[in-house]
Amino acid sequence: MAAGMSTREAYGKTLVELGRENENIVVLDADLSRSTFTHLFAKQFPERFFDCGIAEQNMMGIAAGLAASGKTVFASTFAVFASARCYDQVRMCIAQPRSNVKIVATHGGITVGEDGFSHHCIEDLALYTSFPSLAVVVPADAAETVQVVSTAAATAGPFYIRLSRPKTPVVCDSHYRFVLGKAVAMRGGWDATVAACGIMVHRALVAADALAKEGIDLRVLNVSTVKPLDEESIVRAARETGAILCAEEHLLRGGLGSAVAQVVAMHHPVPMSFVTVQNSYSPSAKSEELLQQHGLTAEGIQKEVRALVARKR
Amino acid sequence: MPVSKERLNKETGRISASASRVAAGANHSERVGPALSVEQMTDMAKRLRRHIIRMTAKAGSGHPGGSLSSVEIVTALYFNHLRYDPSNPRWPDRDRFVLSKGHAAPLLYAALAEAGYFPTEELLTLRSLNSRLHGHTNMCVTPGVEMSSGSLGQGLSFAVGIALAARLDRRDYRVYVVLGDGECEEGQVWEAAMAAAHFKVDNLVAIVDRNGQQIDGWTHEIMSTEPLAEKWSSFGWHVLEVDGHDLKQVLAALEEARTVKTKPTAIVARTVKGKGVSFMENNLDFHGKAPTAEEAERALKELA
Repeated sequence: MAAGMSTREAYGKTLVELGRENENIVVLDADLSRSTFTHLFAKQFPERFFDCGIAEQNMMGIAAGLAASGKTVFASTFAVFASARCYDQVRMCIAQPRSNVKIVATHGGITVGEDGFSHHCIEDLALYTSFPSLAVVVPADAAETVQVVSTAAATAGPFYIRLSRPKTPVVCDSHYRFVLGKAVAMRGGWDATVAACGIMVHRALVAADALAKEGIDLRVLNVSTVKPLDEESIVRAARETGAILCAEEHLLRGGLGSAVAQVVAMHHPVPMSFVTVQNSYSPSAKSEELLQQHGLTAEGIQKEVRALVARKR
Repeated sequence: MPVSKERLNKETGRISASASRVAAGANHSERVGPALSVEQMTDMAKRLRRHIIRMTAKAGSGHPGGSLSSVEIVTALYFNHLRYDPSNPRWPDRDRFVLSKGHAAPLLYAALAEAGYFPTEELLTLRSLNSRLHGHTNMCVTPGVEMSSGSLGQGLSFAVGIALAARLDRRDYRVYVVLGDGECEEGQVWEAAMAAAHFKVDNLVAIVDRNGQQIDGWTHEIMSTEPLAEKWSSFGWHVLEVDGHDLKQVLAALEEARTVKTKPTAIVARTVKGKGVSFMENNLDFHGKAPTAEEAERALKELA
């Protein structure tokens, strides 16, 4: 499948559109505006863009102050810096008061590849889903990103939106509709379900095609909203398909898989399996090499699904 | 719309109409808020100190030391300098006060109550279940509180955001932040100081309560912050140094800050922790410990 636009580029372009429609939108960055694509907004609306320099904690505080004064604020940097580095600032100034700040973090996961483990962001979903009051969204491709960013701008309250560096294959067609808190069945199926987010949605769809040839009918849920989780779709999938595999570019603990497992355990226990970043830090390598190493591939999903379906019997 | 002087007077019964300020500043027209004389403010400062003692004693916990050291700073702001309307806490043109040293919450609550945001009787609910007066400030529950604080070092960043919003909205309100001197050990303070000067927010004033003490001891023993005034100056701020217990000096500095253009102003206010109560002054025990009933009684006698 052809590679589409990166989710970060889709974000930058969407910001410009939103900036035209809404004068109240203010954008902040921390010296990474060319990589996060907020430079597109900066060029169009220089008076509403503030580069905070290499000071992410300060950026989050400024974002909260602007939001407290009625602004809709987008604050961007790489996922590693947007999460671990300023957790307390986000907690005090954004999560607790439910500030109207949209933290849009690019370069999530291990697909930053060659930059090495300082830049591999595999804990951010755990950190951000730990806040009681924040929406956490991981779009699957550029088209979904456009809708997610627009929804965030139109929805009061804090968001964490995690985007990727590489170009992402297209998975959402023109009929796709993102609704905050709703998982979307990208493909129907009755033998097992893959609940995935981000780049793993495409890989799950490829796996589903391959498994269909073996007679395994796989349901693929795009759970782009990791929080608040669409419990209804998860429970229905457990009930109807009897097995759930979670796939995400994040550590097992604290990510989408943990959240889905809690819902399944509470409401309809079924066999589960997880395709996630292994419990370790990775070396520098090409992103595809790292994804292979961690089994974050269509083949990895196929293997796990076969074993999972066997456990049903 | 801002409340009239007469209504303010009628509602609070504490601020006389004649003491209200009507003078228009160059960039700060239509001021609303009390303008007590220095003599009246001296009484108010004493009153706030009594509230702090009663509140923390009743709660059985809290931070009297750092609340008492900031009393004159907060008195000058709320009873002479700031533009605000207690009947409309979210008035878009209000001046903003950010208490970055959130442990001085008892002082802020006392000032807000005396200013008319809520009844003074409510002060004695401090730190109790269902009270709007939390141990450290919470912007979601207390009328007049602009920012949640309690994790030090964050108020100045927040204030820079508010100051930038004023520019974007073409409003002439001003933003005031009170920081602790120990708080200046937090790196984020200097990130914000750098940003405020870079963005040239001249509607921002940072007041450092230089009481010289932090929980573990004297600041110069725990972590040297001197030369503090020079630090702010080298970060691009207009800097003033005052005796933080001298209302005239504090007011003069606040007025001078109004005239400073293209850079923010820092006021380093030398103070005494526990000021006003003989056995609390420079006594580290009262950083985060409430007075006992007997101590409160002695303190209130001194503050009578």
